[in-house]
Amino acid sequence: MTDEQPGTLPRPVMRKQRSHSWLIWLVPVLAAIVGLSLVVNAWLQAGPQITISFQSAQGLAEGKTPVKYKDVVIGKVEKIRLSDDRSHVLVKVALDKSARSFATAGTRYWVVRPRIGLGGVSGVDTLFSGAYIGADIGNSRTPQQKFKGLEIPPAVTHGEPGKSFVLHADDLGSLDIGSPVYFRRIQVGRVVSYQLDKDGNGVTFAVFIDSPNDRYVNDSTRFWNASGVDVSLGADGLKLNTQSMAAVLAGGVAFQDPGGPHDNTPAADGASFQLFADQAAAMAPPSGPPTYIRMRFNQSLRGLAVGAPVEFLGINFGKVVSVRMDYDPRTQHFPIIVGALIYPERLGQAHAKLLAQAKLRGDNADLSHMVGTLIAHGLRAQARTGNLLTGQLYIALDFLPHPPKASYNPDARPLEIPTAPGSFDKLQEQMADIVGKLDKVPFDSIGKHLDDTLAGLDVTLKQVNGKTLPALDDTLHDARKTLGTANDTLSADSPLQQNLGNSMQELQRTMRSLRVLTDYLDVHPEALLRGRQADPAPVAPKRHATQPDRSQP
Amino acid sequence: MSAWPRAAELGLIGCHVCGQVCSMTDADDGALACPRCGSTLHRRKPAAYARCWALLIAAFLMYIPANILPIMRTASLGDIDDNTILSGVVELWVKGSPGLAVIVFCASIVVPMLKFLALGTLLISSRRGSNWARRQRTQLYRLVELIGYWSMLDVFVVALLTALVRFGYFSLVEPLPGVVFFGLTVVLTMFASMCFDPRLIWDGKEDSDD
Repeated sequence: MTDEQPGTLPRPVMRKQRSHSWLIWLVPVLAAIVGLSLVVNAWLQAGPQITISFQSAQGLAEGKTPVKYKDVVIGKVEKIRLSDDRSHVLVKVALDKSARSFATAGTRYWVVRPRIGLGGVSGVDTLFSGAYIGADIGNSRTPQQKFKGLEIPPAVTHGEPGKSFVLHADDLGSLDIGSPVYFRRIQVGRVVSYQLDKDGNGVTFAVFIDSPNDRYVNDSTRFWNASGVDVSLGADGLKLNTQSMAAVLAGGVAFQDPGGPHDNTPAADGASFQLFADQAAAMAPPSGPPTYIRMRFNQSLRGLAVGAPVEFLGINFGKVVSVRMDYDPRTQHFPIIVGALIYPERLGQAHAKLLAQAKLRGDNADLSHMVGTLIAHGLRAQARTGNLLTGQLYIALDFLPHPPKASYNPDARPLEIPTAPGSFDKLQEQMADIVGKLDKVPFDSIGKHLDDTLAGLDVTLKQVNGKTLPALDDTLHDARKTLGTANDTLSADSPLQQNLGNSMQELQRTMRSLRVLTDYLDVHPEALLRGRQADPAPVAPKRHATQPDRSQP
Repeated sequence: MSAWPRAAELGLIGCHVCGQVCSMTDADDGALACPRCGSTLHRRKPAAYARCWALLIAAFLMYIPANILPIMRTASLGDIDDNTILSGVVELWVKGSPGLAVIVFCASIVVPMLKFLALGTLLISSRRGSNWARRQRTQLYRLVELIGYWSMLDVFVVALLTALVRFGYFSLVEPLPGVVFFGLTVVLTMFASMCFDPRLIWDGKEDSDD
């Protein structure tokens, strides 16, 4: 159709005009809309900016480290810089819009790093992913921009159901933040924090007991340090008492109600308790406030250690806190001053009654006057041996039957309890007496005399050996001969024996005839006078008595 | 050069597709089609300036988020790293691959910027009918056409890594929105350069053509 005329060019085909060139401007408009939407979105998403200060920025990275709450990312670290005085780092965090509420007072921030302790391992995920900033929200709604980051993660997150309690102890022991709290060997809580008391006299712990187990803590609950192994040797043998292996290694706290009737009111949140060193101490009656007493011993106190018990009639109600030496220039003696803390309330009812009595009498209820009364009745302190093997001493307050005279000043501070030599000292004295008496025994002369005596005995024995014994030998020889003769004489075939047999036969016969005679005389008593009559003619052998007549020779 | 006659002066028009030359008069306005292959005939690309400007502006608008937003997330053993184009270049440089850093920098920063500048220059100068360095401007246009698609390098890198590095927790590469914007930028600049008609460079002021 086009090549019919080589010389002329073909004409183009006409088409309908389509003019939509303006449509192309939709593309940049669309692009602008998209760009604008991004900007608006970013602006809408942008939350508050906060600054957190930390001791170190270890593990934190600008533009990378996330801020997480319950493992949900709520923000990101934007910038890290040093504070002006270079003492800490300031971390600028851009929070998400949805996390606005985290920019309020009371929110806590801390860096989550892997922590490996005896109690367990935490933050393992951060080993690979790097550290992140953990957050925990508070109750406040006051906006805040600057925060001080925690160096140690808080053990309790906000709003966790449960109760926290305050424990007071003498020392930290092997407890740490996160140490478990056991109730009947089930972990029900953990140690949240600890700090030294302001006066430095103890350590205050905060523990958190998770709900619902917090209801087992009541006003009379006793807490004790369950760390380590408790070995006790009692009347029922050796007892080894521990909580769990983890508690042995990492420490822990246990609590339980004391036996017997007690107050069962659930303890209020934040209630304060004493943390005892072990279960036995925890379960003992409450100690009450201690009183310091002093005792002055005029004897060696080898084996008396600080911490040794003070017992009143066998009840442990205190402990020795100091053992010091004094010098008395007048007597040239070295008395030893023993200081002890006693807990009179451990005596229970006795203490209460004494108090009541003191009040009745009108005395002030001060301990000193009560002690004065007791001392007047013979109360003395003695250092006694608690263990014969180790020689450990303890202080015993006892009523002695014949106490040595002692002066007591109730107004002296600290209270001074008169002492008496201990029973072991007495024993030692008696032993010394015995030894002294034994010393007086003239062992030398006794020995000498004994020696002489023995020499005499020796001579005597020689005499006996040399003279008496041969004679005795002869005598024995003769005796044997005599016995042989006697034997011969008494043998069955000896004439003596035969004679004796004959004689016995004779005697038998004699006796028989004598019997005939007596029988005859029995029948014929007249024969004694008239002599024997002629025998009557035998009629019949009626009587046996006639028989011997014939046999009579 | 301008002394040479133009197709319009000779009453001719060529088909861009099959090369058929047709005779045409000024009276022939509106849409013309090639009598041989049926393609649309036009003396110059229609609405070249408008299209080119529109696409160029759209590309530039897309280029801003492409650089601000991260393009790739590298997660290795839980260590998550989001990189923008520039931070990726810096990281490559710092971590001891300056060669790679230069390549990525050229492909992702230099080339798009070059295209914006080159196309902008061409558009403005042609619109004003400038006589200035027409031959060089044509070469510039050819260069823009040539290097245009190399900018897709970044997009390909991200796409390849995303497909290849999938080792779960140990190593993972994920594309992020930035790469979409960057791809759009590249595509839009390519369209823009396609819309531009290099013959416009030669439509000088002294020529009575336009």
